[in-house]
Amino acid sequence: MSIDITQFYQIFFEEAAEHLGTMESLLLSLEVNDPSMDDLNAIFRSAHSIKGGSGTFGFTDMTEVTHILENLLDRLRKQEMQLTDEMVNVFLEAGDVIRMQLYAHRGEGEVDQAEVKMVCEKLTQLTQDVPPVAAPASVTAAAEEDAYGFFDDAAVVATSSETHQDYGFFAEVAAPIQAVAADASYGFFDDLPAVAPPDIVPSSAPQDFGLFVDEPTQLPSTPQQTQQEAQQGYGFFQKVTPPPATATPVELAYAERRANERRTNDEGVARIRPASDKAAPAADTSIRVNVEKVDQLINLVGELVITQAMLAQSASTVDSALYEKLNSGLHQLERNTRDLQEVIMSVRMLPISFVFSRFPRVVRDLAGKLGKQVELKTLGEGTELDKGLIEKIADPLTHLVRNSLDHGIESPEKRLAAGKPAKGTITLKASHQGGNILIEVTDDGGGLNRGKILAKARERGLPVRDDMSDQEVWMLIFEAGFSTADVVTDVSGRGVGMDVVKRNIAAMGGRVEIESAEGLGTRILIRLPLTLAILDGLSVAVGQQTYIIPLGYIIESLLMADKDLRTVSGGGHMVHVRGEYLPLLALREVFNLPGDIAQNDARIVVIVETEGKKIAVQVDELLGQHQVVIKSLESNFRKLPGISGATILGDGKVALILDVAALSSAPARQNKLAA
Amino acid sequence: MAKTVLSVDDSSSIRQMVAFTLKSAGYEVIEAADGQEGLDKAKQRTVDLVLTDQNMPRMDGLTLIKALRALPNYRSVPILMLTTESGDAMKVQGKAAGATGWLVKPFDPNKLLEVVKKVIG
Repeated sequence: MSIDITQFYQIFFEEAAEHLGTMESLLLSLEVNDPSMDDLNAIFRSAHSIKGGSGTFGFTDMTEVTHILENLLDRLRKQEMQLTDEMVNVFLEAGDVIRMQLYAHRGEGEVDQAEVKMVCEKLTQLTQDVPPVAAPASVTAAAEEDAYGFFDDAAVVATSSETHQDYGFFAEVAAPIQAVAADASYGFFDDLPAVAPPDIVPSSAPQDFGLFVDEPTQLPSTPQQTQQEAQQGYGFFQKVTPPPATATPVELAYAERRANERRTNDEGVARIRPASDKAAPAADTSIRVNVEKVDQLINLVGELVITQAMLAQSASTVDSALYEKLNSGLHQLERNTRDLQEVIMSVRMLPISFVFSRFPRVVRDLAGKLGKQVELKTLGEGTELDKGLIEKIADPLTHLVRNSLDHGIESPEKRLAAGKPAKGTITLKASHQGGNILIEVTDDGGGLNRGKILAKARERGLPVRDDMSDQEVWMLIFEAGFSTADVVTDVSGRGVGMDVVKRNIAAMGGRVEIESAEGLGTRILIRLPLTLAILDGLSVAVGQQTYIIPLGYIIESLLMADKDLRTVSGGGHMVHVRGEYLPLLALREVFNLPGDIAQNDARIVVIVETEGKKIAVQVDELLGQHQVVIKSLESNFRKLPGISGATILGDGKVALILDVAALSSAPARQNKLAA
Repeated sequence: MAKTVLSVDDSSSIRQMVAFTLKSAGYEVIEAADGQEGLDKAKQRTVDLVLTDQNMPRMDGLTLIKALRALPNYRSVPILMLTTESGDAMKVQGKAAGATGWLVKPFDPNKLLEVVKKVIG
């Protein structure tokens, strides 16, 4: 029978990647001087599982590396060797190499054989550095090689004595079975295997299970004998489960006991079944599902939401007294649809620890390279966000962490001179804030230097003024081509990146903010929407068009009286709202819609806030609050300034979703949108 | 009635392969991710064969075998150790714990089937 093992590759890849991740995080948290036994065992198990799996699925290159690694780990956990920093480093490198091999098998990237060889040599070197234990290691290696060989001689296995290398049965354990069968006595339930009559063991055992006896001297049986005897053996085992058809109970007591046992067994099964049905999902707490399937579900639910909205809209035109049942049914549909949507969206949510977990390594490597001492703290790893965002946030976040380490944290000497502990701290924190997720990268380094940034910006020809607020000055570091590093390192400082970081985060619908205090450190805040697919919004009408304003930005909506409108020299308008003057933005003007801006008393404005700035957006009418499914304009049409996406309304019309942040930035107001 | 095999391994890819292989040959397969879970499941329902890995979190294979052999229902149920450790030391320990036999990982699905057939038919 042929079994296609390629179908298990995918799960092995995922599993191996998980093991590599576990190994790395454990290695990083390991106290080199006093490693915890549990951790060492867990690291060993991970390496061991990778080895077992890679061997089984035929990825022998991975097996080779893990094999050497596993041997070392095994000796460490058996306390035959003392863990050193050097070892941890080499282990981490080995992990990288195995990961590289894994990716190569997955069809992503290629294996750098030189690196594999180098790591293997380093590992072997470590093995040899401790002479007293070198010998046992080589013995293990030899034994393992035997085991690998079996794929080749599989055909011979059944009848050849070589089999003992691949699998075997312990004679003594098998013996009582044979003994019992030979005697036709079923008293074996009383006898523990070990208590089997010793005189029968040597004679019958080799005959029956001789092939599998692990000591070659006990293998004199011919295949034929084995066949016959083995059948006896099978017959015996079969009787364990089904009732013996020809029960020749030598011992009545046995039959009775047996019956009793079966009864209790049956009862047990009957009783346990329902419980185990329930217990099963608890035991297997997760299943792996292709992300595409989940996305498909999300899309379908999105369509369902739209259909539901359409139905609700049509129903609103009929007499609700006549169609009471229809209406209540529709209300229920709305509730169920919303619940379904929430649940399905939550399927895509992953804890941010998926991203955070890579940073201990990043920080460790980089701090070593830069000669800095840095501790990484992570908070709120359990905070969940959309899988799509998790993937996209990883790179920008890595850049920010590297930047903090390179530019933020000072050298130990400098820190001591400034009266700070030599060891700097970088904190990664994630938390929920309303409909947003807030990720903070904080360092206790030197902070941003206002003068330096301004000087640099002038040098680069960026428009700057001396009276810019700190917040505005800090944001300059996100401009393209900006870098204040005195020396360009290979870590950061080439001025590529920070602008990309900002752009990537903006593309996710997020915002970046910076807080900094000279001498105390810098905090970079990233605000992201919880999900990319759904948005709570206020629908507003301007002329014939409907726009959606994301609810998260809205502070209030109000009717503006004529007396509150002020004209500013230069063409703009300001609205006086409770002591504040806010710039007025008429959507009709922004999007060049036909018709005049309402000049009567009923001017409706929606106050929105972003990046600490408030603006008043003037609309014709407020229509209602909806949860809308975001459809990308870029992928379906093209990117439009001031618009972050589109959605389909209940009546089937398309509504555009406003990009509030873009609208509120002054240059966008003046130029881009008008163009 | 189909024979039931309890497969105990912390690696889900190995478990899946074992289960797939045995199920396609008509066996019923129960899976457990470590020794403790294996013991719990074995207690719930007496199986015809136990296949267990050695290195697992919570409870390793040898401990599981010893615990199973201490149960009246499992005194004579065949137990095979599926292990990457093929050293003699491990075999001696396995034998002492009460294992029926051993099968070295990595293994080929056909080989697994062959051995299982020999043991429980």
